[in-house]
Amino acid sequence: MINSGAKVILEIRGLTASVAGVSILKGIDLTVRAGEVHAIMGPNGSGKSTLAKVLAGHPAYEVTGGTVLFEGKDLLALASEVRAQAGLFLGFQYPVEIPGVTNSAFLRLAYNTVQSGRGKEELDPLEFDDHVRETMKLLEMSPEFLDRSVNDGFSGGEKKRNEILQMALLEPHLAILDETDSGLDIDALRVVASGVNHLITPDNACVLVTHYQRLLNYITPDYVHVMESGRIIKTADKSLALELEARGYDWLLNEKLDS
Amino acid sequence: MSTSTIEQLVNQPYKHGFVTDIESDTAAKGLSEQTIRFISAKKAEPDWLLQFRLKAYQHWLTLTAPEWPNVNYPAIDFQNISYYSAPKQKKTLKSMDEVDPELLKTFEKLGVPMNERAALAGVAVDVIFDSVSVATTYKQKLADVGIIFCSISEAVREHPELVKKYMGSVVPVKDNFYAALNSAVFTDGSFCFIPKGVKCPMELSTYFRINTQDSGQFERTLIIAEERASVSYLEGCTAPKFDTNQLHAAVVELVALDYADIKYSTVQNWYAGDEKGVGGIYNFVTKRGLCKGVHSRISWTQVETGSAITWKYPSCVLRGDHSVGEFYSVALTNHKQQADTGTKMIHIGKNTRSTIVSKGISAGGSNNSYRGLVRIAPTASGARNYSQCDSMLIGQQCSANTFPYIEVRNPTSQVEHEATTSKIGEDQLFYFQQRGIGAEEAVSMIINGFCKDVFQQLPMEFAVEATKLLGLKLEGSVG
Repeated sequence: MINSGAKVILEIRGLTASVAGVSILKGIDLTVRAGEVHAIMGPNGSGKSTLAKVLAGHPAYEVTGGTVLFEGKDLLALASEVRAQAGLFLGFQYPVEIPGVTNSAFLRLAYNTVQSGRGKEELDPLEFDDHVRETMKLLEMSPEFLDRSVNDGFSGGEKKRNEILQMALLEPHLAILDETDSGLDIDALRVVASGVNHLITPDNACVLVTHYQRLLNYITPDYVHVMESGRIIKTADKSLALELEARGYDWLLNEKLDS
Repeated sequence: MSTSTIEQLVNQPYKHGFVTDIESDTAAKGLSEQTIRFISAKKAEPDWLLQFRLKAYQHWLTLTAPEWPNVNYPAIDFQNISYYSAPKQKKTLKSMDEVDPELLKTFEKLGVPMNERAALAGVAVDVIFDSVSVATTYKQKLADVGIIFCSISEAVREHPELVKKYMGSVVPVKDNFYAALNSAVFTDGSFCFIPKGVKCPMELSTYFRINTQDSGQFERTLIIAEERASVSYLEGCTAPKFDTNQLHAAVVELVALDYADIKYSTVQNWYAGDEKGVGGIYNFVTKRGLCKGVHSRISWTQVETGSAITWKYPSCVLRGDHSVGEFYSVALTNHKQQADTGTKMIHIGKNTRSTIVSKGISAGGSNNSYRGLVRIAPTASGARNYSQCDSMLIGQQCSANTFPYIEVRNPTSQVEHEATTSKIGEDQLFYFQQRGIGAEEAVSMIINGFCKDVFQQLPMEFAVEATKLLGLKLEGSVG
């Protein structure tokens, strides 16, 4: 939902970043306001996932230039856990497995840490259990997930649901979902997308990083950006996604070369 | 961040490294027949014990230090160690009030409950300071139900028939290099006897402290549980920081008769040396339990976090039919620490069962090896073993090894072995951090999850202490 008067949640200016000395992001500009859904598309290797990880503060990436304001604060100056507490959420493309740590203990610790970071009330294990079970219904998840180790032995679809469950619990101001649709069958995609739609409000914002437009049939973006070689080369409304679906990325890259 | 955070997390200064300024009675360095006679005379021992020592010494002279463990250290000069060191005290202590206040302060600092009136802790403690036992608490209460819990020196005086019968029956004087050395020069240790049918009403605990530089600690523990008796025993260890290495060569023997149950838990936090590997304890220990009776059970649980070098294989000899042996271990090494530890399960009786759960965590530039033997004798029909050996690596410079030895000589037996290796990596930590959880808390949660199967076996207070200890040891090691 576009409302040009809405609060700016994320403002990226001239962001460049590298990994192991190789430059990946070569100058990103992007503004995200409250209530908006942005899709970032592009061919493999264009830097979409890198952008997501840099914003979340992954230690392997080095920011070499530019600024990022998150609700007015200098995001890049914050440790990654502080970014999370401040309301930035990354839904991982490949959520890691953590054997031996139960999902319920992990979710509760994450929830309470984020709550206390925001000066809000923490929940004791019993209260949290009620809260998380209620939230799981949204994603049609069985309570037995709580007793399993975090993502350990989960199918691809279960892992992605677990990501959206965390998004629901942590109530981010900005959710960046990295290839959330990959590895999902059509039913799982529908459940995950409906969960995300349920969580989008006029006060928060969502950035969907995706290779295919499939997810966008379920979650309607206000803007579609196309990345290529570490830059956003085109921004338009949702019709761009359909065009990309029909014509692929090549025409756009060629158009860029011609211009 | 990243690797350097992991490293910072592991680099927590050692808290117990202070030295108590106390006058001590220390024997001149060196080992000879004279030294042994000196120790024996100091302790006014009966002749049979002196002969036991001399026999061990004569045999020790024919042995060389084992070279098969996966650890490296310069040869130990056994003539440069003092084999006896005792805090000076004038007479036998009648109550805790007579203990040197400096000593009491030391143990207070270490958090060891020695005050009998502070009964809250509910743990009976025997405290060994350098070479002698300085205090045993709750003695009377235990004596009321027929349990003997005292220092081994006192047991030699008061209950010679029991000591004579059982000492050396599980770990013979000729067992190995360090056991022979211990048998020759052991100075004190704990003795515990649970008579027929008695369930020990509280946890028994021994706290070992090495205080004097260049002294060795050679204690000997003997625990006997008669028919249908049961006991849970805890052992804790610390030492001051010195830049030389101290030798700790203990022998622990457990004997369980029919239907008896012994649970032996250790939280070992000897000084591990500094980050460059200077100083620290050489922990060369022989621990073995004999399930002598039918349906008896011996369970070892250890959390090994200290020592420059650990060489230790708490074992079970399952002689009684239907007896059960268990080994639950967490071994954490950091910096330049080296550990070669594991267990031996020797199945002799029919339908004997054993379980091995070993969790090795290596950080810094340390080297952590699991070495275990499962032997099924031809007599052990229907024997079963399950082993699980997991290793976790933190950072890039450490290593982990698993050396399982399995010898099966009975076709009706069943042996299972599982092993995994994992790594606390940047991506795991980043996942936690992206959910608002800091790196240190993340590592502690991952490690506790990894060690859960072992911690569950520890008595509650010990489990809490062990969890904290691992957290401290790893603090600053994650970046």
